[in-house]
Amino acid sequence: MDLHLFWFALLGVLLTGYAILDGFDLGVGILHLAARRDDERRVLLNAIGPLWDGNEVWLVTFGGALFAAFPRAYAAVFSAFYLPFMLLLFALIFRAVSIEFRSKREGAAWRRFWDGAFFAASTVATFLMGVAVGDSMLGIPIGPDGDYTGGVVDLLRPYALLVGVLAVATFAMHGSIYLHLKTEGELQRRIHGWMWRTFGFFLVAYMLVTVVTLVTVPAATRNFTRLPWAWVVVLLNILAVANIPRAISKGKPLGAFVSSSCTIAALVFLFGVALFPNLLVSSSDPAWSLTIANAASSEKTLRIMRMIAFLGMPFVAAYTAVVYWVFRGKVELGKFSY
Amino acid sequence: MDAVLLARLQFAFTLMFHYLFPPVTIGLGVLLVVMEGMYLKTRDLHYEAMAKFWTKVFAVTFAMGVATGIVMEFQFGTNWATYSRFVGDVFGSALAAEGIFAFFLESGFLAVLVFGWDRVSPGMHFFATVMVALGSMFSAVWIVVANSWQQTPAGFHIVGVGSAARAEITDFWAMVFNPSSVERLVHVLLGAFIVGAFVVLSVSAFYLLKGRHLEFARRSFTIALVVAALASLAEVVSGDSQARTLATTQPAKLAAFEGLYRTTPGGTRLTVMGFPDTAEERVRGEIAIPGLLSYLVWGDWNKPVQGLDRVPRADWPPVALPFQAYHVMVGLGFLFVALLAVAVVMRWRGTLFEARWMLWAFVFAVAGPFAANELGWVAAEVGRQPWVVYGLLRTSDATSRSVSAGQVLASLIMFGVIYTLLFAVYVFVLNDKIQHGPDEPAPPPAATTGRELLAAAGGLAGQGGESLTSTGGAAGRAGRE
Repeated sequence: MDLHLFWFALLGVLLTGYAILDGFDLGVGILHLAARRDDERRVLLNAIGPLWDGNEVWLVTFGGALFAAFPRAYAAVFSAFYLPFMLLLFALIFRAVSIEFRSKREGAAWRRFWDGAFFAASTVATFLMGVAVGDSMLGIPIGPDGDYTGGVVDLLRPYALLVGVLAVATFAMHGSIYLHLKTEGELQRRIHGWMWRTFGFFLVAYMLVTVVTLVTVPAATRNFTRLPWAWVVVLLNILAVANIPRAISKGKPLGAFVSSSCTIAALVFLFGVALFPNLLVSSSDPAWSLTIANAASSEKTLRIMRMIAFLGMPFVAAYTAVVYWVFRGKVELGKFSY
Repeated sequence: MDAVLLARLQFAFTLMFHYLFPPVTIGLGVLLVVMEGMYLKTRDLHYEAMAKFWTKVFAVTFAMGVATGIVMEFQFGTNWATYSRFVGDVFGSALAAEGIFAFFLESGFLAVLVFGWDRVSPGMHFFATVMVALGSMFSAVWIVVANSWQQTPAGFHIVGVGSAARAEITDFWAMVFNPSSVERLVHVLLGAFIVGAFVVLSVSAFYLLKGRHLEFARRSFTIALVVAALASLAEVVSGDSQARTLATTQPAKLAAFEGLYRTTPGGTRLTVMGFPDTAEERVRGEIAIPGLLSYLVWGDWNKPVQGLDRVPRADWPPVALPFQAYHVMVGLGFLFVALLAVAVVMRWRGTLFEARWMLWAFVFAVAGPFAANELGWVAAEVGRQPWVVYGLLRTSDATSRSVSAGQVLASLIMFGVIYTLLFAVYVFVLNDKIQHGPDEPAPPPAATTGRELLAAAGGLAGQGGESLTSTGGAAGRAGRE
């Protein structure tokens, strides 16, 4: 396999892993205030307690891999999205700290503050990530030397904002299904309702984004003529979306969770197909776009890193499996809980 | 203010803030392995209580390290785009290795370490502790390798010219084992062990002074004292060998550390203290020992050490800041050795825990290692200026051209506000944990009172708690069954 393509694909895998795994814990944050009582909120936090940190490592590794494999793209993306990205970082910081500190003290005001921070940070972070995806779909003004030439307002286009909303809806749905798996009793019965409502929200946003993309973003479907098999993924995506309500109503939350994970994976995949072979499309001149060829590191580096990835990935899979296995089952509040 | 200066200030601020936490977790990680290992070996519940308490401190600190560390990883791209393009090919593999080998290891097993006490067997838990300790050290490895490459680049060649130039790797292992990486890594890890140990010393000394959790505090103090004493001694040796390498790899930096403006024939003096004045090219109020620097660097009292006059003026680093940072760091290092030597002797004689002045000294001494760690990095990074990659890329050429000074100022102010708040919360929560203290080391049987429980703990330990009675020991055993 071509090294450039390999690293493009691996970045896709890392982004998919991130979106599925951190997706559910961000979703739990988005839904956090919907739980009313303190012990319910603690259940929500502890449902993701041992896992969110490891999930976020996927983003960190995605960033590291982008830096290593495509340094020109890494430099362009993060300096272009400077202020939104700083805001994302602040949101992630607040989120980490809210989770860690909320239950460390009694006191209603203390807990209310961190509850609010946890919700706001999760929602803002998810929204901004969606906006970045939307902007990447449209392309942004990139100059001949790979530097961003636009301003902050150039990033806040309606389409990008709409994708941001879709991201929030998707993760909220994904998070509610996850919570249904981890809870029991009265709280679980109410989460059942959350699943339906967030699915409705998701479905509306999903259809809206699909229509707007097909109508206004021609680049999104350009590769489909060259890669007709990509239609299979579209079909799988629709089937996965359709299976979510089916699984929920049949009382199979695990099936619903797998389906929403597949939906997220398919969306990330279609995002990759829309971009390929670009990493960042220049809306100023297509010739200035950063592609997997002109933004890449040297062959030697890509080969060394492929070796590192092959050596490391089995370990990563093993740790992830071990941790999810150790913390399987319903949440129980105990001495070591948040 | 100009964009480069602001970007540097932001990097320095966010990095120095971040670097308050990882050394604590690296150092505490080692101590946790020792404590939990002792528990597994002796099955003494005191050690389990120690491991559990220090794990809580570890977890809170780790969260701060993760939250502030993400900022560091992305800041290369946000503020230093030209630098990222230049070093990406070389630096990238180190960062990728860090992500895959270190971060996943740490974060995965951290979950078991913190939440897994009653979910996995003690052996498995100990394994997780070891993995977390190793993971935090691995991350230090890759970061230090990457930074050392910036100090002493090796195993690469330059492709392209001007702003499109970049370093491409030619020899991976030459890059990893560049001339400074091993020595600097040892120095960084030892510095972290000292910080972690002093945190334990400080909290334990506080408990001893307040007469709380005495058995817990005595044992924690002793373990940390051993680690701190060994690491501090080793750190002096490590610092010395690093300075000798500097003389050949980065002579301008060494000259700045030593306030050495002119190369003079014969032996070079070692300036113990003073105030460098770059305009006049001399050190004001200097106290110096003749020939000593030559001896330390070359092992020869008469061989001159190169001064800044051998370096083109445009390539001079600032002198005053690296000089003072370096000197204060070295001074603190010797102070730790002296303090710990006295403490070890007193502990040996059995008088340490009665000497309140000594315990008070340890309560506050914890600030020293934090300062020394930060100052060491200030000296290393400012001493490398005006280069971001030594001899290859100037700091002034390395920033993101598309990011304006106004944007950096905005983010810098936000970081200032958020980090201040974060720090306050961290101190608040940590204080809460310390005030609450460790749980007493016995599983709570329903029928026993707190006082009996304490006695039971003492009885089980066979060491004598606050109120050791034979019935207490029996109650403890009954409680366990």
